[in-house]
Amino acid sequence: MALEKPYADIPGTTIFDLGQARKGYHLNQFCMSLMKPENRERFKANEDAYLQEWPMTPEQRLGVIDRDWNRLISLGGNIFFLAKIFSTDGRSVQQAVSSMTGMTQEEYAHMMSTGGRPPTAN
Amino acid sequence: MARITAGVATSHVPAIGAAIDNQKTDTDYWRPLFAGYEESKRWMAAHTPDVVILVYNDHASAFSLDIVPTFAIGCADHYEPADEGWGPRPVPTVQGHPELAAHVTQSVIEQDFDLTIVNRMDVDHGLTVPLSLLFGQPKAWPVKVIPLAVNVVLYPPPSGRRCFELGKAIRRAVESFDEDLSVQVWGTGGMSHQLQGPRAGLINSPWDNAFLDRLIEDPEGLSRVPHLEYLREAGSEAIELVMWLIMRGALNDRVAVRHRFYHVPASNTAVGHLILECAP
Repeated sequence: MALEKPYADIPGTTIFDLGQARKGYHLNQFCMSLMKPENRERFKANEDAYLQEWPMTPEQRLGVIDRDWNRLISLGGNIFFLAKIFSTDGRSVQQAVSSMTGMTQEEYAHMMSTGGRPPTAN
Repeated sequence: MARITAGVATSHVPAIGAAIDNQKTDTDYWRPLFAGYEESKRWMAAHTPDVVILVYNDHASAFSLDIVPTFAIGCADHYEPADEGWGPRPVPTVQGHPELAAHVTQSVIEQDFDLTIVNRMDVDHGLTVPLSLLFGQPKAWPVKVIPLAVNVVLYPPPSGRRCFELGKAIRRAVESFDEDLSVQVWGTGGMSHQLQGPRAGLINSPWDNAFLDRLIEDPEGLSRVPHLEYLREAGSEAIELVMWLIMRGALNDRVAVRHRFYHVPASNTAVGHLILECAP
């Protein structure tokens, strides 16, 4: 019998469960490699070549090149792993996170400073 | 005999660490947050324990997807700050307490909690930001630390109930250690926040404040809240709050609230903070 996933219908939310982790294994392990400065340098010097060293899907590679976080989350990425990419880029968590919401970074920062996204429509 | 004297709960947002490391604590954005920890630092200076058992989660720093332990206890004599992609935080090396850690590990495993034993790891912002918030920027941390890393990144994390019971087991373990040590247990992470997807930025202040109330008054009942409620009501990353129940389980049923603070936002996150003393 399949296990229940009662969290699957939370709007605008992907729970990083074992199914997602299996899809995103190589993508997330690539992200971990960016914790070493020498790997960050190699990645920045030639992203395509660096990504080819990891057995990811072409879609996942494109998602990394495009810094398309929503896409990468749907392809099995997890935000704490993906954080190694935007940290390598010198971008903050808020910059990356805001880009997933369809808001500008300014609009998102304003929303957060005025109490955050209200918990409606859960 | 070792004894648990108090518990601390605090969020561990990485941007807080960056604000401290980059001397931005006095900006308009950050001043109200750090003001909420002034009282805590004063209290801590007067009640510095010998050891902190620091419950936190690793954010894909020490543990990749190769090995994901549900509960992992640090038995090493020291831990270096992790390089999370922008270089390690400029904070002191964290000194462990291998003797107490080994004792707690054996005792807790014998109480049916199957801990993973870690003899070498780096510690990320989840562990170092709480130390910075409570101790500022010393040359060396004034306490020994036993890291207790909980998986809350890969679903499912352990249940609130299991965390609460683990806290109780840790209490029994500490109290059976022969050396006269004062020990605090800290629970970190949370409060409401979601860092992914179109719903990112979710904050639920009424839910968070009810959580704080219940953690103080009704931890047993709070420990029965299912994961789904955390995710739905307080955001996908709010599930970190189950770690606070480990801290609470290690304290007396009744506690004295020495400090309570709540602030929105730190970056994407609602910050909550409690200092609870074991009432005599």
